[in-house]
Amino acid sequence: MYKYIWLVPLLPLLGAAVNGLFGRKFKFSEQLIGGIAVGSVALAFLISLSAVFSYGFGSHPEWPNPYVTSKDGFSFNWIPGGAVSINQGREAKQAIHSQRELEPKPAAERESAETPTAALLNIEWSYQLDPLSSIFMLIVTGVGLCIFIFATGYMHGEAGFYRFFAYMGLFMFAMLVLVMGSNFLMMFVGWEGVGLCSYLLIGYYFDRQEAANASRKAFITNRIGDFGFALAIFGIIATVGSAQYVDVFNQAKAYPIELIGHWGILSWIALGLFIGACGKSAQLPLHVWLPDAMAGPTPVSALIHAATMVTAGLYMVTRTNVIFQHAQTMLLVVALVGAATAIFAATIGITQNDIKKVLAYSTVSQLGFMFMACGVGAFTIGIFHVMTHAFFKALMFLGAGSVIHGMHHEQDMRRMGGLKKYMPYTYWTFFAGWLAICGIIPFSGFWSKDEILWKAASTTSIPLGWVVWLVGTIAATCTAFYMTRLMAMTFWGKEKFLAHEAGGEADEAHASAYDKGLTQHDAFLPSAGDRPRHQPGEHVGPTSPGHGVHIPHESPKSMWVPLVVLAVLATIGGFVGVGPAFRFITGAEHPGGRLNIVQWLEPIIWNPVTHEFPSGQESHASPAENVHGAEPAGAEASEANTSAYGGVGFVLTQSVEHTLGSELKTEWLFIFISLIVAGVGMLLGYLFYVKDQSLPDIWAARLKPLYTASYNKYWVDEFYGWAITRRTMDLARAVYSVDSRFVDGIVNGVAKLSQLASRIVGGFDKYFVDGLVNSIAAFIYRLMSPLFRAAQTGFTQNYALVMVLGLMLAVVIFFAADFVRH
Amino acid sequence: MFSFFFHSCLLLLQEASGSRLEQSWEAFRHPDLSKFLVIGALLFIIGVAGVLTRRNIIVIFMSIELILNAANLNFVAFSRYLEQTGNVNAIAGQIFVVFIIVVAAAEAAIGLGIVIALYRNKETIWVDEIDLMKW
Repeated sequence: MYKYIWLVPLLPLLGAAVNGLFGRKFKFSEQLIGGIAVGSVALAFLISLSAVFSYGFGSHPEWPNPYVTSKDGFSFNWIPGGAVSINQGREAKQAIHSQRELEPKPAAERESAETPTAALLNIEWSYQLDPLSSIFMLIVTGVGLCIFIFATGYMHGEAGFYRFFAYMGLFMFAMLVLVMGSNFLMMFVGWEGVGLCSYLLIGYYFDRQEAANASRKAFITNRIGDFGFALAIFGIIATVGSAQYVDVFNQAKAYPIELIGHWGILSWIALGLFIGACGKSAQLPLHVWLPDAMAGPTPVSALIHAATMVTAGLYMVTRTNVIFQHAQTMLLVVALVGAATAIFAATIGITQNDIKKVLAYSTVSQLGFMFMACGVGAFTIGIFHVMTHAFFKALMFLGAGSVIHGMHHEQDMRRMGGLKKYMPYTYWTFFAGWLAICGIIPFSGFWSKDEILWKAASTTSIPLGWVVWLVGTIAATCTAFYMTRLMAMTFWGKEKFLAHEAGGEADEAHASAYDKGLTQHDAFLPSAGDRPRHQPGEHVGPTSPGHGVHIPHESPKSMWVPLVVLAVLATIGGFVGVGPAFRFITGAEHPGGRLNIVQWLEPIIWNPVTHEFPSGQESHASPAENVHGAEPAGAEASEANTSAYGGVGFVLTQSVEHTLGSELKTEWLFIFISLIVAGVGMLLGYLFYVKDQSLPDIWAARLKPLYTASYNKYWVDEFYGWAITRRTMDLARAVYSVDSRFVDGIVNGVAKLSQLASRIVGGFDKYFVDGLVNSIAAFIYRLMSPLFRAAQTGFTQNYALVMVLGLMLAVVIFFAADFVRH
Repeated sequence: MFSFFFHSCLLLLQEASGSRLEQSWEAFRHPDLSKFLVIGALLFIIGVAGVLTRRNIIVIFMSIELILNAANLNFVAFSRYLEQTGNVNAIAGQIFVVFIIVVAAAEAAIGLGIVIALYRNKETIWVDEIDLMKW
């Protein structure tokens, strides 16, 4: 089946095309639209499943090398680029070539080994199947399928049902092109495509100002990231002369490693790529769009803003791990940005009251964890967390969607509570997701998050790994705390929706707010979607008897079945990545053969020690461990500390290992630490929001500045509004005034000048040229008219005389001619 | 007129010569074409001179009639001449003459009408006092 993977992106596109083009015109029923959308995605999922199986577990000839569809004929020359100059990174290239020339070679060959300065660039459109893209194919189509099914229930009754599924299908297509493309430009096409679909779907309720604002904000913020990504692609083409992954990585792996402080060409490329990843994956400077993106329908939040699109940055960083591992500075930057984002977003999540906002900040925080993993060199673990996060965060978003649906579009958690009784399926599936994200063994989140923290503490790729670990651990505590808070406020405790304490119909509250003229056009204000909706105790909702108390209800089957599927995955999904600490149970570092995600992904992770990609054969002494400090003997650990990247200073795990004297004990110590912090977070949450519900207010008062900062999201939006939006407006005004005064002045002056010139020329023409012509005419007229007038006597006889004379003349001429002839 | 007179003198001279008097008389009774043409030409010249020199518009009309009749004379002379030489369509000249007489009558009627109108307006029939065609 791997030959037919080109069908995988095509099917959702076809479904989207049918729904989008004909859904409205022919008034498709919801069943038909949902059937087309779900069916196309299900088919794509089945094809990917069988393709991945036949590729990875059959005896495929290409494993573990990437299988590109051009081998079987599916490709076309998409951009015939022609010759490009590839002068970038000349020093590094010459170093590589001079190294090669040290080996004895015939003279003729040495000639050809000179640094090339031009290459023929041809971009083909073909799909690539390799360990990384297959994982993403499965996540995108599999989790996507669950969300599509959920959405058929959630979006029931929406006027834009066909539009929603057309956008969703288009998104699936773009996302699959992103992860399955065989070159950077295809990735970029997918990258922009998912950005567009994200924009369309955030703005799905385009008649609501906050949704429209949020979609624009997401689009513009992503543009900043895309700018860096585009620059990086240009840099890659200008360095390597190709955009095909295989060519780029095969060339890149020969480059010398650029240590901290050394900004070679690969570091710059990695910087551009990481800016792109920051935009798409909502990392710290560019994270502001993701919480606002919750203005879209909830399945969109689950699919795009939790499970798939926001992990595109992770996909890209992992895909280009060769480049990132060559740039130690950028590895450090990635790790620190990831850690900062993780703690930053986790602390904001603690104080938010909108259920989707909490989940959104949780997503940002988890993405930070993933980038932490990439930054410390554990790309496989980052992807592992992408996968488990896709399971449990999609589950929680869909659960939140189910809650919102059951609560009749109420999103404020202060108006919920006690939903456990009313929505059992939603509650129990959410419960599994809660345990997974908190990191409780054996739920999926534990395996990936614990592994990330362990890798951070034991990294030898970058210095300051212990700082990353510390920050990550605190963020994990916060995660457990705010997730427990969410559970308590939503599912446990009193049923607060019975009393009109706060909140009300969220959407209607917005509507009335806009009716009152609270326009959000001024960018200085936090955008509408981000604004705290209701103050505690505030009475907002309509009190008319028609809008009495809503009793929540469980969602239909089409909604809770996907929840159950995702809950199962969130529970057991982590077993594909059981860590080395459990080797005394499982009997292997990475048990499960190719089913283990670390072994599965190993072939695509470049090894900085051997300067090669691993062969992908199952070998228990995997080379990656040499780098990442998992040496079995303590004596060799110090050697590993200095491999490939030189000394990186203090490594936490090595010091602990020295004290404890055993690697296994160290690993288990860290596992206990992460379990304890999760437990502490959950316990605190339980204390605050179940046991003694006065505690939140007390502590909020005690930590007033911190609380206010977190509640207002550290005023990042306000700061951007002041520092960027306002300044941009000022700049625009300045430019406008320059334009209206200086440029327009020039233009108007030129116009005035030409007007003057035309007046002069006109006068010259009128008075000089015309005068000349007229005077000549007058002269002739005056001269000739007396003569002609004199000829006209008016006397008949004169005329008759002339006639006779003429006759005589004619006769004379006649005879004279006759005379001359003879 | 001069021609006629000259011709008469010539005939008298021939008669005086005696032997050819019979012939001359025969010639007078049956004149040949040239004699008609000479008379026609004399008539035409008299008519043209009258048109160009006389001031009275009536006389000018009469001179025009002379011109027309000079033409008529020529037509008739040629008709007779052609008949003698055996031409079948010789009668055409005489038919033309009839047409010309009719046209001349019509022209005279219209012309005299114009003269009367002119006189009523200008109170003159002297053509050197009428320069209306100048305008």
